[in-house]
Amino acid sequence: MSRRPRFRYLTVHAVLVYAFLFAPILVLVVFSFNEARSGTTWTGFSTRWYSALTGDEAVRRAFTNTLKVAVASTLLATVLGTFAAFALARHRFRGHRAYSALVLVSLVAPEIVMGIALLVFFRRVVDVPLGLGTVILAHVTFCLAFVIVVVRARLARFDESLTEAAADLGATPAQTFLRVVLPLAAHGILGGAILAFVISLDDVVITFFTAGPGSTTLPIYILGEVRRGVAPSINALSTIVLVASLAVLALGAAVTARAARRSDSPSTRSGRPVRSPGTHR
Amino acid sequence: MTRTRRRTEALRGHLLLLPTTLWLGALLIGPLLVVVAFSLGRRGINPPVRVDWAHPRLENYRRALDPDFLPIFLRSAGYAAAATLCCVALGFPLAYWIARRSPRYRTLFLVLAVVPFLTSYLIRMYAWQFILQRNGLLNAVLGAAGLGDDRAFLNTPGAVILGLTYGFLPFMVLPLYAAIERMDPSLVEASSDLGHGRISTFRRVILPSVMPGLVAGTLLVFIPALGDFVTPALLGGTRTVMYGSVIQDQFRGGGNNWPLGSAMAVLLMVVIMIGVIVELRRSEDGLP
Repeated sequence: MSRRPRFRYLTVHAVLVYAFLFAPILVLVVFSFNEARSGTTWTGFSTRWYSALTGDEAVRRAFTNTLKVAVASTLLATVLGTFAAFALARHRFRGHRAYSALVLVSLVAPEIVMGIALLVFFRRVVDVPLGLGTVILAHVTFCLAFVIVVVRARLARFDESLTEAAADLGATPAQTFLRVVLPLAAHGILGGAILAFVISLDDVVITFFTAGPGSTTLPIYILGEVRRGVAPSINALSTIVLVASLAVLALGAAVTARAARRSDSPSTRSGRPVRSPGTHR
Repeated sequence: MTRTRRRTEALRGHLLLLPTTLWLGALLIGPLLVVVAFSLGRRGINPPVRVDWAHPRLENYRRALDPDFLPIFLRSAGYAAAATLCCVALGFPLAYWIARRSPRYRTLFLVLAVVPFLTSYLIRMYAWQFILQRNGLLNAVLGAAGLGDDRAFLNTPGAVILGLTYGFLPFMVLPLYAAIERMDPSLVEASSDLGHGRISTFRRVILPSVMPGLVAGTLLVFIPALGDFVTPALLGGTRTVMYGSVIQDQFRGGGNNWPLGSAMAVLLMVVIMIGVIVELRRSEDGLP
């Protein structure tokens, strides 16, 4: 019983830290609905800054660019990263450790170093003009490691007796892969894809170095505006970006939770179920 | 497993890895090596860098740490270290509190701590700029409380350290939580039953078992904080320039000195790799 008060201190501390974490974001969201032109005096509720955004050609172009980059780099990074994760999780070969080190390098390399390395490479080694293409190449490069780590973590918990059971029951390797391995890995892959999408959506530093004049993404646009000072329409734009990334994450969490439930009971899936003594967990 | 099967398996593994290997080789390792090469070069007009392999220039490295830039490097390390300490001070009690919730609520509180981190770093720094600016919310609140409403919060070391702390706090909470959760709570009870006070229990029982999480969290916060240039750009000013800002300036700013910027980037990378290697040597499981 004597420990009780200490836990109360910790609870107060926790409440304060959560307040610290959420307050700035909430302030931004609330003030994006402020009618006033200069930030901090509340003069009334208004959506004028949101309507101002819809007519802004630069914002619309940045938005389209952001989506194009995020979709393209997520697709590429997910496919390549999933291949690599399968190789690392399910095959033994020489160079395994070296490969893990390579993934680690791309996780710990500071963004600014990766950004200038890609800038130098694109401008001086291959000499391509900076544009959406170079931004997508750059985004795939830093998203790959995240996809590999997430998918690999999922595959590490994979029960190999399932594939053996499938083979014993006469499934070809291709059938085993498509009907047993892939469904079980699916929500790891989806999780990796969502992470890649959100990271690509929010990236500033690497995009800053690899984007050209016509390939401004929303974060780069916001960075430019913010460096010139605080503008109320930026509050509205920031709110939209915040809500968009949180929506993608919530959607992803919901879908993966559903996939997790489904793969936990494979016999309830439609189609011919693969039954084996190993389906229990 | 027969020898042929093992060989086919290895072959399959390499085939699956091939696209990623090519990709990371061409767009990660290759460019990093180019940066190393450029750091030994000489600044030119066209092309902007000339590398004379017979006489590699170490001049850029000397310049990167000369009296113009060494203080900036040390300042960045200081800010990153201060932010790391703040993250420990805020994150350790929080992680401990979360780990002591019932399993049902643990995930919820952990997710709550991570959610802000999953939103744009830039926007979170901008939110602080909005709050800390001269006619911002903090001054308005202080003014209403009669404490004066014209304080300069932006462009101070405190603002940059606050931003870095805010930006990377979950990186500290997650590994600390993982370490605390693995710790057996009965150890703490045993320690107090054996007559240890709270401080002694913390130092002798809790601290040793959460050390791996603490080290991992320190690296995860310190590394990105050290190279950051978004936070000093938004919350800092000319007196709080960080090394990342100087590097950026050499490539996309007024500095425009690619060999010097490359040398700075290599130095930053070396410092970080030393930290990572030390951590990997120390941790038992090694590479992820």
